[in-house]
Amino acid sequence: MVQSICPYCAVGCGQKVYVKDERVVQIEGDPDSPISRGRLCPKGAASENLVNSPLRETKVKYRRPHGTDWEDLSLEEATEMIADRLIAARRDTWEEETDDGRPLKRTLGVAFLGGATLDSEENYLIKKFFTAAGAVSIENQARI
Amino acid sequence: MAEQHPVGFQWVVEAKERGAKVIHVDPRFTRTSAMADLHVPIRAGTDIAFLGGIVNYIFENDAWFRDYVRAFTNGPVILKSDFKDTEDAGGFFSGWDPGRSAYSVDTWSYNKSSGETAAGKAEQEADVSGEQAHGAHGFSLSKGRPPDIDDSMEDDRCVLQVLKRHYARYTPEMVEEICGCPKERFLEVARAMCERSGRERTSSVCYAVGWTQHTTGVQNIRAACIVQLLLGNVGRPGGGVLALRGHANIQGSTDIPTLYNILPGYIPMPHPQAHPSLDKFVELNGPRNGAWGELRAYMVSMLKAWWGDAATEDNDFCFQYLPRIDGDHSHYATMLKMLDGGVKGLFAVGQNPTVGSANAKLQRMALGKLDWLVVRDFSETETAAFWRDSPEIDSGEVRREEIGTEVFFLPAAAHTEKDGNFTNTQRLLQWHHKAVEPPGDCRSELHWIYHLGRRVREKLTGSADERDRPILDLTWDYPVQGPQDEPDAESVLQEIGGRRADGTFVTKYEELCDDGSTACGSWIHAGIYGEGVNQSARRKAHREQNWVANEWGWAWPKNIRMIYNRASADPEGRPWSERKRYVWWDAEEGKWTGLGDNPDFPPDKEPDYVPSRRARGMAAIRGDTPFVLHPDGLGWLYAPSGLVDGPLPAHYEPQESPFPNALYAQQQNPTRQIFHRPENPYNPTDGEAGAAVFPFVLTTYRLTEHHTAGGMSRTVPYLSELQPELFCEVSPQLAEERGLEHGGWATIVSARSAIEARVLVTDRVKPLRIQGRDMHLVGVPYHWGRRGLATGDSANELLPLALDNNVHISEYKVATCDIRPGRRPRGRDRLALVEDYRRRAGVKH
Amino acid sequence: MSPAETLSWPGTYGDEAKARMGFFTDTSICIGCKACEVACKEWNAIPDSPKGFSGKSYDNTLDLGADTWRHVAFVEQRVPADAGGGASLVEAAERGGLAEREGLATYQEGDGVRWLMSSDVCKHCTEAACLEVCPTGALFRTEFGTVVVQEDVCNGCGYCVPACPFGVLDQREGDGRVWKCTLCYDRLKDGKEPACAQACPTSSIQFGEVEELRERAERRLEKLRLAGQDEARLYLADPDDGIGGAGAFFLLLDEPEVYGLPPDPVDTRRDLGSIWAAAGAAALALGAGIAAAALGGRS
Repeated sequence: MVQSICPYCAVGCGQKVYVKDERVVQIEGDPDSPISRGRLCPKGAASENLVNSPLRETKVKYRRPHGTDWEDLSLEEATEMIADRLIAARRDTWEEETDDGRPLKRTLGVAFLGGATLDSEENYLIKKFFTAAGAVSIENQARI
Repeated sequence: MAEQHPVGFQWVVEAKERGAKVIHVDPRFTRTSAMADLHVPIRAGTDIAFLGGIVNYIFENDAWFRDYVRAFTNGPVILKSDFKDTEDAGGFFSGWDPGRSAYSVDTWSYNKSSGETAAGKAEQEADVSGEQAHGAHGFSLSKGRPPDIDDSMEDDRCVLQVLKRHYARYTPEMVEEICGCPKERFLEVARAMCERSGRERTSSVCYAVGWTQHTTGVQNIRAACIVQLLLGNVGRPGGGVLALRGHANIQGSTDIPTLYNILPGYIPMPHPQAHPSLDKFVELNGPRNGAWGELRAYMVSMLKAWWGDAATEDNDFCFQYLPRIDGDHSHYATMLKMLDGGVKGLFAVGQNPTVGSANAKLQRMALGKLDWLVVRDFSETETAAFWRDSPEIDSGEVRREEIGTEVFFLPAAAHTEKDGNFTNTQRLLQWHHKAVEPPGDCRSELHWIYHLGRRVREKLTGSADERDRPILDLTWDYPVQGPQDEPDAESVLQEIGGRRADGTFVTKYEELCDDGSTACGSWIHAGIYGEGVNQSARRKAHREQNWVANEWGWAWPKNIRMIYNRASADPEGRPWSERKRYVWWDAEEGKWTGLGDNPDFPPDKEPDYVPSRRARGMAAIRGDTPFVLHPDGLGWLYAPSGLVDGPLPAHYEPQESPFPNALYAQQQNPTRQIFHRPENPYNPTDGEAGAAVFPFVLTTYRLTEHHTAGGMSRTVPYLSELQPELFCEVSPQLAEERGLEHGGWATIVSARSAIEARVLVTDRVKPLRIQGRDMHLVGVPYHWGRRGLATGDSANELLPLALDNNVHISEYKVATCDIRPGRRPRGRDRLALVEDYRRRAGVKH
Repeated sequence: MSPAETLSWPGTYGDEAKARMGFFTDTSICIGCKACEVACKEWNAIPDSPKGFSGKSYDNTLDLGADTWRHVAFVEQRVPADAGGGASLVEAAERGGLAEREGLATYQEGDGVRWLMSSDVCKHCTEAACLEVCPTGALFRTEFGTVVVQEDVCNGCGYCVPACPFGVLDQREGDGRVWKCTLCYDRLKDGKEPACAQACPTSSIQFGEVEELRERAERRLEKLRLAGQDEARLYLADPDDGIGGAGAFFLLLDEPEVYGLPPDPVDTRRDLGSIWAAAGAAALALGAGIAAAALGGRS
């Protein structure tokens, strides 16, 4: 059993995650939590059903430009291709300075959207990396 | 709150059992209303009229908390003589520039303050979000107080009198006329709030973020803050304006932002004109006084965390590595730029904009203009599938082969498959532990971004290009572990929480230095790894501590559970009442003490402390002013800076409304962001020809059984069966008027699209009488889309982009529509129906 | 025999007998979130059972059954502003204010709305006909006084199905065996509370010793009555009723029929001539409740 936090809304209910044979078998409220006192709503109570959902995808999928269907792709290859595209898009859409010569040092050609269901440590690295890369259109649900 | 935060609602039920009065103000009667003492229906988009009515009631009945307001708010501060209120300027504040459709804010500041406007101006003209400005730059404070003050609060130009006049016409009758709720019911609310506030009692206002989803979103919240400050309900137990946010880490993703205009800890992104150097950046963004007075230390520490040894005094600590923003680069601006072909690649990570964002068709069309799209999620969302499954493909408007976007779908790890922090809606960080390895190709975002970054750095190694230096000089050496080389999340948390030069961990933000001797990724989180311990993983059971429970998780800043809690004591430091004591001054010990929370105040600052003329930072905050993030330490009834649409909330009608503005000649928020283009047509609003074609008010919302755009609920069998199909909620009267059959189908139409939904005829939605007319509401939950187990049309097909210009959030909560019986036409006929409506309404484009 | 005692409990267990455990479901604080439905399904690994959009307020589960061991009923009612008593827990206070006012035409034509929600479950009857008619002994009374089906013993004969005065017992499609609430027998043996009660955000579902729960329910009823809730009542808490009282009983804010519950259930063995017709009748009652809600919605 490990202690966790519900992944749905921002109340932050405590969860206990039970594992058997390397698989999550049960998720229920953590009675120790001063926030939730062991209780969960239907979404939180469905967390096991979420992580083991029959609709969950576990393989990378790729659609080539103008393609009509998904194709298989290895994670390694996908990461490699994405890195190349990121570098190229950044290069092609780079804005070094304003018309009057002030530094911009950025790209608006690469954008990021997401984060409200991600961990803070993940968002931190995302903001850190994309900012260093000059991408400024970094946004998430908090705007929505 | 019962609908969307059921477990949080347990505390409301418990309070109710102990005598609290629970009031629910909402256009619909919901599960929350069912448990409330009083449900008050109002027309969607009229919140400021309602809250302004309460402000007016407070003054009319002399119910404001005089001692609190005089000492802790800017009520006594005198404003400039050339400030003009909406009452005097036809619904505008002074400074309106019709040419720019924007305000010049010079006249809004405190009297006799000086030099404050340069930064504010540059930011505004550059259309940079108001939240960037930490307010009141260059305040000239005298002994910690604004320069011109009338403690009697009787001066005509003091904030309190301006406020009183501003809301004088927000009478109960006006509330009824605008909001449509019976005057008596409104008065019951106002009375209840006033009776339950003061020394002995407090009241709180809880809102969900639908309140922000208006063209007056920020001012909605401001209006609630004004009510709470007048009643003395801020910084005290049982008080507050409490945001009930909707995602596990939406607070965290604001604090450590994936947002375009801020850096971690709400530090603004630099601007090309205003911020040529670190010094200038600090000068213009950091007020001299208060917690923001040490901005340079926060900024330098962050730059050190990011660029390590490369960041030195000589190179401004790599300040020049930061990209600049000079306009609105937010979500909607980016999608519009994408639509015009200006964006090559998009990463959509755990977000599903083709369901969750306004004007879903526009979102899809924009995605079709990308070179490449990367989607990371649990399942193939509507966004991942936009190129093969969409209304446009149904209608033949586009064919798959015509869409050139290359799409990568990367499966994501679940919360049980990774370590990390969620920050809940009260700023509480709670660590969740990994239970199992993610299956197949599923990876955490930490894994993804770390290894993507590593690969990009490898590819750029040896580059002589200056623009690659920020990437190559980045500190990017996190230890990895396990079979998948998962980066160690705790090592990232350590960087966020801050280290000294010797590698030991800082314990609070006051320890951060501006000389490069500390590195801290997010100043507000300084100390989260204090004493070398992951403070957010603390799990002392609530039974083993008092109700403050400050040994469970860790709240920013400094593990403070209630922000501005010095306001729970009077100016002399004594509890306002025994019943409501929380933090108070212990004169014998010479420190602030209390029930167990950390004081949100320098721990040994005497209540009668008066700063010297030279004092800066926290030393410039007086001992009797609790609002330490403001340079004057005061709660702002009136916001002298930071907002683009006025220092006080004023009622404006939504972008689309069947009614005229009963208060001002100006119909809508003059600063709202609207986009006139063919993909984003607006329904005519009241006073424009064709408005009657869309006679009903549309509102969108969530249900308990689903989550946001459905990515985490429409794929979950146990949730999908509970609410399997999209439905709309209408009153019996509207059903009769339009021939809608309970359990049957209806088609809802706007100038953007037409969607179909099952019909739920219910007394819980009732017409309101507004300005002598019946107003009908059409309620539509927004969770549905075409994929998953529970499928249906998306409510966001119907909505336009119409944004609050402070924060660029769209008006999801109100628009106009028509509704008709039966299913919507299929294929091209759907387009024809919408086109017919546009023609009849005379919609441009 | 104490009022809560049953034929086979505690007598047959001797020293092994534990206190009789049950549910007190206080519908006055039910917020209709359905956490109980989901927590139950998740713990007991019950198959999903989608029924589609029902139009019955927010209820798309509709009934207890082999794949639904908790079911939240939603009842929408119009409440005339001048009606005395009978308001929901919360509207009683409001009603005072409403009644003294006039000119309510701008909102709800002078009528208020109340939305009743109630989480239903197997009653774990004191006199449980299902258990007595079971030929295989698959249905048995546990040491906690609860009624449980042993899935490895049940042969799917279905005798118990019509014996239940509440229509709770039901055979699973494609399986044939009978499945119902076990009051989380496995969790009880581990000293944990049932999944539904643990999840319930507002403690509408309370788990505990039946005797203590009954006292708690009486106190709650008294409090609500004092608050003007004249229609509030306990349901199945009386050991002298037709089933000898239930292990799972309720505090309701209106007539049982309104919630789709039989008004006066009896142990079907007591008088076979007046069987409250098990599933059929219960379904009828439920139908009546729904019709009332739907009618309110259309008129």
